[in-house]
Amino acid sequence: MGKILELKDVSKIYGDLHALSHINLTVNEGDWLSIMGPSGSGKTTMLNIIGCMDTPSQGSVILDGVDISRESAAGLTKIRRDKIGLIFQQFHLISYLTALENVMVAQYYHSMPDRDEAMEALEKVGLASRAHHLPTQLSGGEQQRVCIARALINSPRILLGDEPTGNLDEENERIVVDLFHRLHDEGVTLIVVTHDPEVGDVAQRKIVLEYGRLAQDVDQRASFSGVLKL
Amino acid sequence: MANNRQKMYLRMVTSSLVRRASRLIIAVLAVAIGATILSGLVTIYYDIPRQLGREFRSYGANLLLLPKGDARISRADLKTVREVLGDDRVVGMAPYRYQTVKINEQPYIIAGTDLPEAKKNSPFWYVEGEWGSASRPDHVMVGREIANTLNLSIGDSFKVLGVRFGHAAEASAQDLSAQQNRVRDEGEQNFSARLVVCGIVTTGGAEEGFIFADVDMLDELVGDRFRGDVVECSVVAGAEEMEALTAQLESALPGIQPRAVRRLTQSQDIVLGKLQSLVLLVTVVVLIITMISVSTTMMAMVAERRREIALKKALGAENRFVIGELLGEGVLLGVIGSAAGVFLGFEFATRVSLNVFGRAINFPWPVVPVTIVVFVAITVLASVLPVRKVMDIHPAIVLRGE
Repeated sequence: MGKILELKDVSKIYGDLHALSHINLTVNEGDWLSIMGPSGSGKTTMLNIIGCMDTPSQGSVILDGVDISRESAAGLTKIRRDKIGLIFQQFHLISYLTALENVMVAQYYHSMPDRDEAMEALEKVGLASRAHHLPTQLSGGEQQRVCIARALINSPRILLGDEPTGNLDEENERIVVDLFHRLHDEGVTLIVVTHDPEVGDVAQRKIVLEYGRLAQDVDQRASFSGVLKL
Repeated sequence: MANNRQKMYLRMVTSSLVRRASRLIIAVLAVAIGATILSGLVTIYYDIPRQLGREFRSYGANLLLLPKGDARISRADLKTVREVLGDDRVVGMAPYRYQTVKINEQPYIIAGTDLPEAKKNSPFWYVEGEWGSASRPDHVMVGREIANTLNLSIGDSFKVLGVRFGHAAEASAQDLSAQQNRVRDEGEQNFSARLVVCGIVTTGGAEEGFIFADVDMLDELVGDRFRGDVVECSVVAGAEEMEALTAQLESALPGIQPRAVRRLTQSQDIVLGKLQSLVLLVTVVVLIITMISVSTTMMAMVAERRREIALKKALGAENRFVIGELLGEGVLLGVIGSAAGVFLGFEFATRVSLNVFGRAINFPWPVVPVTIVVFVAITVLASVLPVRKVMDIHPAIVLRGE
């Protein structure tokens, strides 16, 4: 598998605060990587930089062969639209659109909305029967699955999750991790920021950040099952 | 036919308004109230000349037609005058024929006229009793001054004597007895008639010294066809229009001299001009207030939807897409609010017109598209500044909750 992402000596500095400090990281296509660490360790900052929502103060980030650290805001928006799928802890569904329409919104900004494709994406996450429900009519787990369907709809090169199970109960956490497992089997590259050691442990690889530095880089392929043990 | 992108755009814009109706009710109300006042004031603005023109007509005739030289005004002339002026402009058109008569050997003047038309011209006359009419030709109205002099009351009758048309009046001869004078007064060259007082006219002016009778009855008494001494017209027209009408009348009737009562037409124009300026000023103020109100609401809306906007940007939406959606909502909001407001505005204008002028107004259909277009433009204009805030929303910061 080729490299999909490469961070070279990446730092993010806010005044005197070094949110990220000299990070070097390579992720191959199809990898499932967990980013762990205590609060304020720089996990989300790193995810935002990889997800083209922020830029590094130093160093370079190569995503799918493009140095995104040198891209303009418009260029980053385009890369985000074409190559990245985002999953949020708070789900962030648009409250006045149905589940199906929330998926179609991502298509709308990417290319052309296609109702059938959006419905297929919902079927894939087991929510076809809830397609015409508003977010307020869905449980937390269902909302997160809509969020995953939306992230997948444009076939992104890389799927980024920021605490995707942080707001879910055990049952829904298991459903979401199972979904990640299936996606990984299909060759989707997954990078998941999590506080939860059980979710972090199911990935192929785990890195731990501390004070903005890469403290651990653990290859878990030996014990990798992709199944959550609760 | 709309493609899937356009359909999705419409779905997002309409869903946002329909499913968030409670949040947007203030903005819709702001636009609706503004549109109500605007369409109401515009309706009144265009209807004021008609309404006030009619109102000014209660101050009396504003156009006099006088014969040139010794000529008199004929029935054919009257017909031409009405054609030139137009039925829709003429409130009243009363021709007058003046005839000197004697009552108790004292000279008085009978003004023969079309009494219903005279009534339309002079609604300010105070008439005790009732107006005369052609159906009761011997019933006449007398001025307050004559009523006092002759001690006449409603229902009293009195005898008038006069000289028939074509004969010269002769003074009473002192060398004849009263009997001989009476025989001469009742001779072929003279006429006499007994008239009944049906109304006493009080105006505070010269009218109190006249007897007002049906003109056809007077023509019959004097034994002549109609020969008018003056025609009083009450015409709904401003100063410029009146000038044009008098020019047309002069050209159509060379023997008649039309004279506009400038004091009335000019006052009318001044009052109308001031009222219209006032309405225009209020309209501009209302538009500015509406714009501020919509702008504030849109500002709040953008602030409230920061997460949604940030999400859209995170999904790859360019600023122009998000701005386009918000402006689309603004347009729809403007259409809904102004459509509601335009009909409420007509109701408002009708009530104002009924209360102030005592008349209903016509629904001006062109006001509908004009109001909607103006308010859509105002809503879009008012949304531009708040919507530009979209560009400052940073998805990473907003979605993280900072």
